[in-house]
Amino acid sequence: MANPWVAFLLVPLIKIVVILLAVILIAAYMSFFERKILAYMQIRIGPNRVGPRGWLQPIADALKLLVKEDIVPARAEKFVYFLGPVLVVAPALLVFSVIPFGPAFKLFGYEVTPYLTDVNIGILFILGVSSVGVYGVILGGWASNNKFSMMGGLRSAAQLVSYEVPMGLSVVTVLLMANSLSLVKIVEAQKQAGVWYFIPGIVAFFIYFVCGVAETNRNPFDLPEAESELVAGFHTEYSGMKFAFYFLAEYANMVVVSSIATVLFLGGWLPPFPNWLAAVWALPALAWIPPIAWFVLKMAAFLFVYIWFRGTFPRYRFDQLMDLGWKVFIPVSLVNLMAVGLGVLLIGGK
Amino acid sequence: MNAYIPVLLFIVIAIAFPLITFVFAWILRAGRYDPIKLEPYECGNPITSEAHDYRFSVRYYLIAVLFVVFDVETVFLFPWAVMFRKLALFGFVEMLVFIGILVVGYVYAWRRGALQWV
Repeated sequence: MANPWVAFLLVPLIKIVVILLAVILIAAYMSFFERKILAYMQIRIGPNRVGPRGWLQPIADALKLLVKEDIVPARAEKFVYFLGPVLVVAPALLVFSVIPFGPAFKLFGYEVTPYLTDVNIGILFILGVSSVGVYGVILGGWASNNKFSMMGGLRSAAQLVSYEVPMGLSVVTVLLMANSLSLVKIVEAQKQAGVWYFIPGIVAFFIYFVCGVAETNRNPFDLPEAESELVAGFHTEYSGMKFAFYFLAEYANMVVVSSIATVLFLGGWLPPFPNWLAAVWALPALAWIPPIAWFVLKMAAFLFVYIWFRGTFPRYRFDQLMDLGWKVFIPVSLVNLMAVGLGVLLIGGK
Repeated sequence: MNAYIPVLLFIVIAIAFPLITFVFAWILRAGRYDPIKLEPYECGNPITSEAHDYRFSVRYYLIAVLFVVFDVETVFLFPWAVMFRKLALFGFVEMLVFIGILVVGYVYAWRRGALQWV
């Protein structure tokens, strides 16, 4: 890789295209699996008309949205209205640039890293970039000049902001144990420690995932888009491709939260108990499993839990939601942070 | 710094992707508009006022201010957590003091009802 053009342009470009396609496909098929799984939970069959057993449904949906007419309300702020979906979808995709899907491996004599880049402030980058998405939501809701959208956008902003604090605190808990902001190093630290961090950090793990559900506006925290009271909230007025991008961003954000939970708490690409059971994972029957498969498996489990939540829980009321964030999660995560700190101090645990 | 070059590339592509798709949609899509279709959705009632004229609860501002306080505190925690093993007991005690001061403010805000959403 002596040629700088290959190293800095061609290889990243290929990786970006692969990541982009993968994320869009996963997001599209998440909507399909969501409808299917929810249907089976409610003893229905779900979409089964387009293609064999309904498998082409997401593609049909995407094509439909592409040719739908695009309604911009006459009273809307035109430019901001257009900016909203872009501001939501770009950060959701951008976060994937630092998520490590697997360790470096050799392919045709070249060393290939199955992630775009490993910046040494990875987790800060993710928190920073994903916060930009709030602007897309609140600007979109405001620019529509619709009362429902306005309320939805405000609620959404308040919710995202409230749950970002306990989320940050639970991420810090992992950093206490890993002592690095780089996601690759965090996974490697878990290999060194021999346990996934969700065992010592079980409280942080729980808080992280619940906050993740709230950050992505999903059930039971889907107040900003509560169909029954706010008529889809901040994207009431959006149609066609702009709506599709809000939709894509929501599902991409679910994949983001699941991936980060996998990396921080479930050991990323590592198999369960990588050191104690090292002999088991080296068996010929199991050794062929690529590390990326472990990553995808864990991520898929989180995505399933998302859908499971939607099939199970009723929606929170807004004051309950705020109480949960400010009066329960913040004190609990602060106490947990100091407890884990004490644990690291006493046991040394490396 | 080389690690950031792919990120820059990704920023360009992540912004270009929705824009390019909008252009495609603009070419492909149908469109028959009339004034009633372009009104904001309000369950079919005639529009009497603009959404922008409405005022909203001051609590949203309060939440924003509280968020700034707590988020800045989280930002302080990040470097501390990364250096935690090197700082050892000294760092732990110092952070106990820092969080202690924060908790005083937190309890005050709680007692004054700043966290209460009515």
